[in-house]
Amino acid sequence: MTSNETGAPVVELKAAGKSYGNIRALHGVNLTVHAGKVTCVLGDNGAGKSTLIKIISGLHQHTEGEFLVDGGAVRFSTPREALDKGIATVYQDLAVVPLMPVWRNFFLGSETTKGPWPLRRLDIEGMKKTADRELREMGIVLDDLEQPIGTLSGGQRQCVAIARAVYFGARVLILDEPTAALGVKQSGVVLKYIAAARDRGLGVIFITHNPHHAYMVGDHFSVLRLGTMELNASRDEVSLEELTNHMAGGSELAALKHELSQVRGVDVEELPEAGDLVAPVASGE
Amino acid sequence: MSVTQHAEPAVTAPPAPGPKETDGRTAQRPLALRLLARPEVGVFLGAVAVYVFFLVSAPPVRDGSSMANVLYQSSTIGIMALPVALLMVGGEFDLSSGVAVITSALTASMLAYQLSMNVWMGVLLALLVSLAIGFLNGWLVVKTGLPSFLITLGSFLILQGVNLAVTKLVTGNVATDDISDMDGFDQAKKVFASSFEVGGVQVKITIVYWLVFAALATWVLLRTKYGNWIFAVGGNKESARAVGVPVTFTKISLFMLVGFGAWFVGMHNLFSFNTVQSGEGVGQELIYISAAVIGGCLLTGGAGSAIGPVFGAFMFGMVQQGIVYAGWNPDWFKAFLGVMLLGAVLINLWVSRTATRR
Repeated sequence: MTSNETGAPVVELKAAGKSYGNIRALHGVNLTVHAGKVTCVLGDNGAGKSTLIKIISGLHQHTEGEFLVDGGAVRFSTPREALDKGIATVYQDLAVVPLMPVWRNFFLGSETTKGPWPLRRLDIEGMKKTADRELREMGIVLDDLEQPIGTLSGGQRQCVAIARAVYFGARVLILDEPTAALGVKQSGVVLKYIAAARDRGLGVIFITHNPHHAYMVGDHFSVLRLGTMELNASRDEVSLEELTNHMAGGSELAALKHELSQVRGVDVEELPEAGDLVAPVASGE
Repeated sequence: MSVTQHAEPAVTAPPAPGPKETDGRTAQRPLALRLLARPEVGVFLGAVAVYVFFLVSAPPVRDGSSMANVLYQSSTIGIMALPVALLMVGGEFDLSSGVAVITSALTASMLAYQLSMNVWMGVLLALLVSLAIGFLNGWLVVKTGLPSFLITLGSFLILQGVNLAVTKLVTGNVATDDISDMDGFDQAKKVFASSFEVGGVQVKITIVYWLVFAALATWVLLRTKYGNWIFAVGGNKESARAVGVPVTFTKISLFMLVGFGAWFVGMHNLFSFNTVQSGEGVGQELIYISAAVIGGCLLTGGAGSAIGPVFGAFMFGMVQQGIVYAGWNPDWFKAFLGVMLLGAVLINLWVSRTATRR
């Protein structure tokens, strides 16, 4: 534990879980998010990552355990409530409307207005100016804020979505696989914005299935498997290699190695031994 | 085993603000091309073309009163095309809008007549009924997540049947009784169906309403939060919800706006003809939808304007009356309509592809 993590967490999940009818999507998840830290949530497809962020972002409610914001138990029924608490989510599809201009997307759902009621109207000049300034601060320079956001590149859209969340007072930023669909260079750009957001004092929940990306910026790592936590460790407790092994399947992989060794022509010498895979297991710190 | 080489994250540098004013990678397209890409400009040029065409081929059109007639025809389509267009921008359709006009007129007429009320009471109750129909359509669409095509196809059939059956049940006839001698009729007629003189030409008041509503709709669409939400729920409902746009409210209120339009046109019909034919209105919904599509509203939602459907409705009114003035067989109207619709859809497709091209 580093000294910075001793402060009260902004968001905390205690043995939280979610069942859809008799299907248990998530069970016994402990997660803490501190200001100015990046918490990485790793997991394969179907591990429960999406369910986890849906709970935190207010799209779904947890069915077991506790969900605390600033130490108080909460249960969000709409994303709006989560936003009001300063929890902003940048979804995989970025929650942008492709045909709408960049500035309208930037302010969507939180438009600023001016004028008395019957003539209350959008403060278009102000919004454009603010959007331009905020984007420049994040290092994004666009020729024309009137262009539909669908015309931007994937990395640019991601960055607009992050800049938007930062501007609207997010204290906790949830990034749902922001680098999944991006090339190497664009992923680097997005990772830089994650670092920038962290340095501005935001708590970041970085969902990914790429341990290399996670290890670049992460302070704390949680690996989900089949709806439960397989690993819950801070940066000094786990190496990139161990993280990769956990992601790649961990103990399952060791079993697979054993099976593969029965097949002729498969070289298993380079694969890790089961003993190498012993790492701090989720134990509710 | 838990020893690591890096105790601190590798990436620390915040991004430096770009030194350049623009990134210079997006070249401006020529102005003419950018203008043409605006659907409103396309339909405006189309409307001008149709107007010039009939000006040349049908001499009576040049007369002022003919023009007033064309505009009147356009306005009765146009007033309904506006809310239908907003609904379409919001990503939904309403197939019941044509018969809903008749439902509203029947409600006002029969309630006032049968209960011997002041016609204004009937007008008010009809408004409530129309808004309720809109609410029900919207509520069902939002709550079930079914395509609005199916839901409103259902309400279209229901209303069509109810219009005929209830009218027959109440009046024993397919039309309602004449209400022109009832209390408040003259007053209501002044509001909904009067005309005034401009330079010796009788101009119907619906033309004024049409243009005022169009201006109002344009303002709402482009200058208010609600307008922003309409584009957002039509463009990407999930995204809109995720950033806090009240999707349910926006969609249901749009359906209710169509209800309001149906009430308004229904009242106009009632007070200009004194009676209502219960079987009318079928097929009108497609005219409204076509006018909205020709006006550049994307059928799949998320793009469009209020001014486009004004020109779309004008094109329809012009063709409908122009064919008569040119002395042609009025059956050609539907063929014209089809050609215009196809042309507009093809242009729409090109626009949306241009807009989302990287």
